[in-house]
Amino acid sequence: MACAVSTELTVRATHPLLAVALELHPQVALRPEPFGALAYHYGTRRLVFLKHIDMVTVARSLAEHPSLEAALAAAGIDTSRWQSFAVAFESLRASEVVRER
Amino acid sequence: MSASALAQPSLTTRLKSGLDAPICLTWELTYACNLQCVHCLSSSGQRDERELNTAEAKHVLDELRRMQVFYINIGGGEPMVRRDFFELIEYAVTPRDGADGIGVKFSTNGAFIDEANARRLAAMDYLDIQISIDGVDAATNDAVRGNGSYAMARRAMDNLSAANFGPFKISVVATRHNVSQLDQFKALADSYGAQLRLTRLRPSGRGVDTWDDLHPTQAQQREIYDWLMLHGENVLTGDSFFHLNALGDALPGLNMCGAGRVVCLIDPVGDVYACPFVIHGDFRAGNLRDSGGFSRIWRESDLFTSLREPQSAGACASCGAFDACQGGCMAAKFFTGVPLDGPDPECVIGNGVDSGTTPVAIALKPRPAADHSKPTSRVQ
Repeated sequence: MACAVSTELTVRATHPLLAVALELHPQVALRPEPFGALAYHYGTRRLVFLKHIDMVTVARSLAEHPSLEAALAAAGIDTSRWQSFAVAFESLRASEVVRER
Repeated sequence: MSASALAQPSLTTRLKSGLDAPICLTWELTYACNLQCVHCLSSSGQRDERELNTAEAKHVLDELRRMQVFYINIGGGEPMVRRDFFELIEYAVTPRDGADGIGVKFSTNGAFIDEANARRLAAMDYLDIQISIDGVDAATNDAVRGNGSYAMARRAMDNLSAANFGPFKISVVATRHNVSQLDQFKALADSYGAQLRLTRLRPSGRGVDTWDDLHPTQAQQREIYDWLMLHGENVLTGDSFFHLNALGDALPGLNMCGAGRVVCLIDPVGDVYACPFVIHGDFRAGNLRDSGGFSRIWRESDLFTSLREPQSAGACASCGAFDACQGGCMAAKFFTGVPLDGPDPECVIGNGVDSGTTPVAIALKPRPAADHSKPTSRVQ
């Protein structure tokens, strides 16, 4: 954690999840909100916040693309943000909001 | 809760300005109850003749489904007293018209969970049950919830367990008389494979009159905090102990008052209040039978709109702990006569009403709006 800031700008988006084909979990419902969306998993009964509109756009389109990377590109997300999107989607995969297909 | 590293106003800031629909809401189906708990939030006991009928209740569920309310907490009174109880929860959890079901968690004292009903409940999806007890032994529990209520709750737990319901919840209100039993509550829940839920006592409903005897001492507040820091990830709290965050690191969960912002209460007669703990005219936003129904109340009522405005820190503005505790619980302040921008009556910094040094003037304690207590237990 301590001194990552100075190097962050030059880090390439190399998160392994970027190459993975994902989809919204079929038991998850998304409810649009001003800040992004609420995701509710009917199986785990857990509520998860998607804290950015762009996250919602990408999440909804995952199944149409061969990888997370492709979905980000198709949604017009700047490559400088891919790393943070990958981290956020990793967290969504851990809570089963999205899954591999 | 999932996190994203994307630069945004904090989630709490976003949630405070309100959502298009509640995250979850509490719906009390009836004021009728077989028990007369001395701390009942809704002063329940007798049915109110104006209670929503089956058709009206289904209409409300249709509206909540359209608003994508993912789950609701059903309570009362004792909700299973209603003859249409199963009809309503089955209606809620069943997907229809292409829309998802509404998950239901209902609170019960267990009186009506016999073997047959336990099997019926176990066969349903999207259903959680929380059985209330307020002591790990009959003496502690029954002093608050009434004679025989401990045995009744344990029988319901046994029946759910035998029916393989799965992990139900055991719901405990923390009082001066049971804080010493937290480990035992957890052990009891574990013995059933159940999940423990521990929530804060409020001076609401009949609790107005029993608060002084029941609410935890300052030392016990610390005990609750320390215990939740150790066990909080596996114990549900409804995020109700955020006033304790002034003691140190934040407890798990949302650190904010959700009243009118992410939660609200629908009472048995269709009145909509900001939260389950403020059944009083000052916090009544409207009635479901008014034109526009629930969504208009949620999105447009003057009360909810004002609760979503930035709130003043008032007398707490100069306290270094304000960011941690947010001034505490609106309902706890209101029913103890503390101004809404004053310190929580259980302020752990020592500015509460019991400390004798509170920086605010205490008003007369307001009385709850509706008393449905049975005549024998009504305060004379």
